[in-house]
Amino acid sequence: MSAAIGIQLAQAVLVVMLAPLFAGWVNQCRAWLQNRRGPGLLQPYRVLRKLFHKDAVLAHRASFLFRATPYIRFGCMVLAAYIIPTLASGLPISPAADVIALVGIFALGRVFMALAAMDIGTAFGTMGARREMLVAFLAEPALLMVFFTPALISQSTSLSTIVHTLAYQPFVIHPGLAFAAIAFLMVLLAENARIPIDNPATHLELTMIHEALMLEYSARHLALMDWASNLKLLAYTTIGLALFVPWGIAKALDGSALWVALLCLLAKLAVAGAALALLETLSAKLRIFRAPEFLAMAFLLAVLGLLTHVLLEGAA
Amino acid sequence: MSAALATQLINLFASLLLLIAFAMLAQRRVLSLIYLFAWQGAVLAINTSLVAFVTGQHHLYYSALLTLVLKVILLPWILHRLIDKLNVRWDVETLVNIPTTMLIGVVLVIIGFNVAMPIAHLSETVTRGTLGIALACVLLSFMMMITRRKAVPQVIGFLAMENGLFFAATSATYGMPLVVELGVALDVLVGTFIFGIFTFHLREAFDSLDIEHIEKLKER
Repeated sequence: MSAAIGIQLAQAVLVVMLAPLFAGWVNQCRAWLQNRRGPGLLQPYRVLRKLFHKDAVLAHRASFLFRATPYIRFGCMVLAAYIIPTLASGLPISPAADVIALVGIFALGRVFMALAAMDIGTAFGTMGARREMLVAFLAEPALLMVFFTPALISQSTSLSTIVHTLAYQPFVIHPGLAFAAIAFLMVLLAENARIPIDNPATHLELTMIHEALMLEYSARHLALMDWASNLKLLAYTTIGLALFVPWGIAKALDGSALWVALLCLLAKLAVAGAALALLETLSAKLRIFRAPEFLAMAFLLAVLGLLTHVLLEGAA
Repeated sequence: MSAALATQLINLFASLLLLIAFAMLAQRRVLSLIYLFAWQGAVLAINTSLVAFVTGQHHLYYSALLTLVLKVILLPWILHRLIDKLNVRWDVETLVNIPTTMLIGVVLVIIGFNVAMPIAHLSETVTRGTLGIALACVLLSFMMMITRRKAVPQVIGFLAMENGLFFAATSATYGMPLVVELGVALDVLVGTFIFGIFTFHLREAFDSLDIEHIEKLKER
């Protein structure tokens, strides 16, 4: 039992520490694709260290909510890191929340972030919060529908069980999962402020969504918010990997398999990060009014995934 | 390659066909529409040859080859030349906005699946599960013809519908006799030529490709 808890802790710490590296890797790949040298893989860590050493500045009217939000959001993402099976399935904390609760945890972090942005009362914060909620309320049902296809296949909504079923059953092609994967990719881009919906590198006031929410934060608060954003990107990526390419994830308490799992995870993340950078380089940002269309498309693809699963495999 | 894996691959490619049908429905640009049509033909050709491999029906290889030559190379090339000459690479106007079209599309898919389910139970083929997808593809292309205002996307909708019908024939009864298929292929080819000439005349007469203008053609 204590070994299982140890693996659980190791997994969470690994994910939390790896998150800035993954963000750095995506940025580095983007820089290479744009013929720039790039800031280096470790740049996010340097930024975090610098921010933690600075003195925080707060607006006069900032309430308790504004100060608490970075901790709440960071806490939500760390909790997600505990639940998502990144290295091993069947860990002690994983039964605590299934995929639906996981969507709820993400929503909790987002709601507090929007509230904090509105709390200060600046125009940009409010605008950003409204836009963020617009994207979120469309992305959330799509994300839930994406989860239902693998849940139907494995007869469970627990991520750990889903991974277990998909990774260790004899290999079967599920056409429904292909639809779900595309829908999930679209939701991932929208939820993490990536390029077709929002540009993570922009500070142009009129187009930004995610940056507008964090405009008033400084020092340790900003560091936590940034770190939480990195964690969220990594969390979504690892959910995607767990659902659609689960091979390599170890069963709990299998010592040698854990090292294989770690190597598999790093390899998969490297490929996923490069692919994300390529996708972002190739596509252009959508107008904000096209965002509902983009997300409606994701929702419909997820529904189609469910339907094809029922048609092709449900009857058999 | 075992038969079970091949059947799963057939199902996967069938789902890809449905995906491409949806992508066509959502597409705003004529040029991308033509590329999507070519991709649909390619997926159809792969799928048909897979069915031929699983069932040992050799005439399906010829159908796959016919699909490849006609729908992946020849027809997209003709359409490409057509839009180059008409200079309509970008704009597609839809009668219904695209998210609504997609919603109606999902309803059509549900109808298609439901209608095909009892028919599929009667059939003995390995591909019977995909009949619903074929029917949905036909309905989706049909709706694309209805919701598009310009002539060229309507032609592509027509051709995509033929793709869907071809796929339905393959999945329900392992394809039509080769003579019928050749006849249909020729019809489609001739149809595309006629549509091409028709669009030129349309533009000469009205200086636009909007087929609503045809309603003005009345004898006085």
